[in-house]
Amino acid sequence: MTVVDRPATARPRIVASPPGTGGVAHPLDRVLMKGNEAIAEAAVAAGCDAYFGYPITPQAELLEWMARRMPEEGRVFVQAESELAAINMALGAAAAGARVLVSSSSPGMSLMAEAMSYMAGSQLPVVVVNVQRGGPGLGSIGAAQGDYFQATKGHGHGDYRVPVLAPSSIAEAIDLVRDSFILAERYRTPVILLADGILGQAMEPVAPTFRTLEKSTPDWTLDGAENRTPRVVKSLHLRPEDLEQHDLELQAVYAEIEATEQRWAGEQLDEAEVVLVAYGTAARVARTAVERLRDEGIKAGLFRPITLWPFPSQPLREVATGAKAVMAVEMSAGQMVEDVRLAIEGAVPVFHHGRTGGMVPSPDGVVDAVKQAIGMRGEARR
Amino acid sequence: MTTEQMTGQEGRTIYRRPLLLSNPTSYCPGCGHGIVHRLVAEVLEELEIGGKTILVGSVGCSVFAYDFLALDSVESPHGRAAAVATGVKRYKPDKVVFTYQGDGDLAAIGTAEIIHAAARGERFTTIFVNNGIYGMTGGQMAPTTLPGQRTTSSPRGRDVETQGYPLPVTEMLSLLPGVQYAARVSVGDAGLVGKAKQAIKRAFEVQLENRGFSIVEVLSTCPVGWGMTPTDAMTRLRGAVMDAYPVGTFVDRPRRIAPNLPQPGASHRSITEGF
Repeated sequence: MTVVDRPATARPRIVASPPGTGGVAHPLDRVLMKGNEAIAEAAVAAGCDAYFGYPITPQAELLEWMARRMPEEGRVFVQAESELAAINMALGAAAAGARVLVSSSSPGMSLMAEAMSYMAGSQLPVVVVNVQRGGPGLGSIGAAQGDYFQATKGHGHGDYRVPVLAPSSIAEAIDLVRDSFILAERYRTPVILLADGILGQAMEPVAPTFRTLEKSTPDWTLDGAENRTPRVVKSLHLRPEDLEQHDLELQAVYAEIEATEQRWAGEQLDEAEVVLVAYGTAARVARTAVERLRDEGIKAGLFRPITLWPFPSQPLREVATGAKAVMAVEMSAGQMVEDVRLAIEGAVPVFHHGRTGGMVPSPDGVVDAVKQAIGMRGEARR
Repeated sequence: MTTEQMTGQEGRTIYRRPLLLSNPTSYCPGCGHGIVHRLVAEVLEELEIGGKTILVGSVGCSVFAYDFLALDSVESPHGRAAAVATGVKRYKPDKVVFTYQGDGDLAAIGTAEIIHAAARGERFTTIFVNNGIYGMTGGQMAPTTLPGQRTTSSPRGRDVETQGYPLPVTEMLSLLPGVQYAARVSVGDAGLVGKAKQAIKRAFEVQLENRGFSIVEVLSTCPVGWGMTPTDAMTRLRGAVMDAYPVGTFVDRPRRIAPNLPQPGASHRSITEGF
C-alpha cells in the first residue's frame, strides 16, 4: 500500500496542536516538489539572506536549488570547502544579522557539532537542516533516524539545547522551515529541522505559495561601531562566575521554550489502547499501521511529536493514560523511545520497533510488533 | 602635573595612543601582540574606517583582542576565523572585515579555512601573527616552529624527521590568484615596526579597493614560550626567525608584484614521455 500523507484538515479525528502553534493546512492538488527543493524554496520565501552548504547525499538538491535561487534573489550563496567551514560562515553571517540556512546530512552534522555549540553559546540564530541518512560512520545514503540523540541531546559540547522540528510530509516541512526561522530569531538560538532521506528525495504535492516572514533589526548584530559602543558576539566567559550566569540565562530561555513551544499532532487517540509514537517518515508508516490495526479491531492511535526538543512529554503522558501499550516506531535502533519512557514514567509499558541503516519499518512489521506487545500472537512479517 | 608644568615648555605630542586601542592589553612583557594591536588601530584610524570595521577574533593569546580594540567583533571557534569572516563579509560587503589569528590557529587547525578563503578571493584582510609557538596553552610546538627549536612538546628540539618542517603559509598563499596582497613583516625593531604598519595599511587599502584577499604575516615574539627575556626574544626574532622567514612583499597584484606562477607544462615531464 502506498503511504500518502494527507493534509491535517483532511485527517479524520485529528487532535490539533496547541492553538497558535501552526499545523498543516494545504490543499492537496497543487505542484509536485521534491522535499529538498521545497525546503530550499521555503527558506528563500521566508527571507533567508544567506545559505552555506557542502555537497552530501541525500541533501545535495537543497544545495543545488540554493545555488540557483539565492543569486537570482541577490542573496548570499557559498559552497564551502567543508561542513566545518559552512557552519562557521553561517556563524559569521548570523553575527552580522543575516537570516541564515545551512543544510547537510548526518556525517556533515557531526562536523558541524563544534559551531553549533559556539552559536548556542553566542546566542546566534541559524536554521540547520539535517536530511538524515544511515549511520554510524559513513553508513549508508538511505533514509534513517539515527541522529535523534545527536539532534536532541548532543552535537557540540557544553550545557545547551536547540529546538528540533521534525516534519512528516513535504508540505509540513515547508511550514516548519518558516517556523524554524521564527523560533531561531525569537530565542536567538540555532534550530534543527530534522528530516530524512525519504523526505528529502521524495516528491509530493504542495501548495505553490510559500509564506514570507518579516525581519526585525536586533540590537546585537555587527555592522561597525560607528557612533556607538562596540558590540561583541562571543561565547567566551573566562570567569566561572560569569559563565555560570550566562549558562543560567540560556537555561531560562530553554525553560521558556519547553513551556511554550511543544508541538505534536495526534490521530485516533480517543480511547486508544495502543499508542504509536513516531515522527517524520516513520510516522507515515505508523499511520498506515494504525489503520490496519483498527481494521483488525485493535484500537490504535498515533502520537506524532513535531518538536523533538522540547519533547511533548506531558501531552504524550495524558493521551497514553489508560492505554495497554505505547510503542515508539523509529528508523533507528531505539533513540526517541528513551524520551517516550521518560514521558510515560512507567505508567504504561513502552515498546520499541525500529529498522536501521537505511531500512524502513513496514506497516505490517509494526502491526506484528504491536500484537506481540499486547500479548496477541503476531505473524513474523516484515 | 602637565608636561608644560613639568618642563616649563609647551608640550609636544610624541605619541598619541589610538582611540581604537581602548584598554591596556594583558599580554606578557615583550609579547608582540600589543605592537600589532596598536598598528592595526593606527591604520584603521588613519584610513578612517574604524566605525565600519568588524574584527573576527580567533583562539589563542589574542582571543581577547576585542577587549583591547574598540571594534564590533565576533568570536570564532579555533581555526575557523577565515570561514566566519567569509560569512560576515559576504553579507556585509560594504564593511571592512579582518581576522586576527596566530600561527597555531591559522597554520594548523585553520589551514583549510584560510586556503579556501584565499582561493575564493574573499574580500577581507587577515592579520597573521606568527611567533612560532602555542603561547596560550603553555608553549607547545606549532607548525611554524623552527627546526631544532625546543618547546614543551618538542623537548629535544623540533626533529624534522618526525615532526616535519615549518609551514610557509604566506608563500603558499601567494600562489593563489585570489590573493591580491600578501606580505611578511616583523616587529623586531622600530624600523621593522614602521614597515609592518605600511604593510598592514596596504592590506586594508586592497580590501577597500574590493580586489580580493589580503594577508599580512607579522613575525612576532613569545618570550615566555621561548624561555627568553624580552630583549633576547627580540634578538632571536631579528636573527634566526627572520633568517627562516624572509620578510617582504610577496604579492601586490594591483601594483603588479606577483610571483611567477608555475605554468602547466613548463617544468614537468609529460606523462606521454614516460615517467
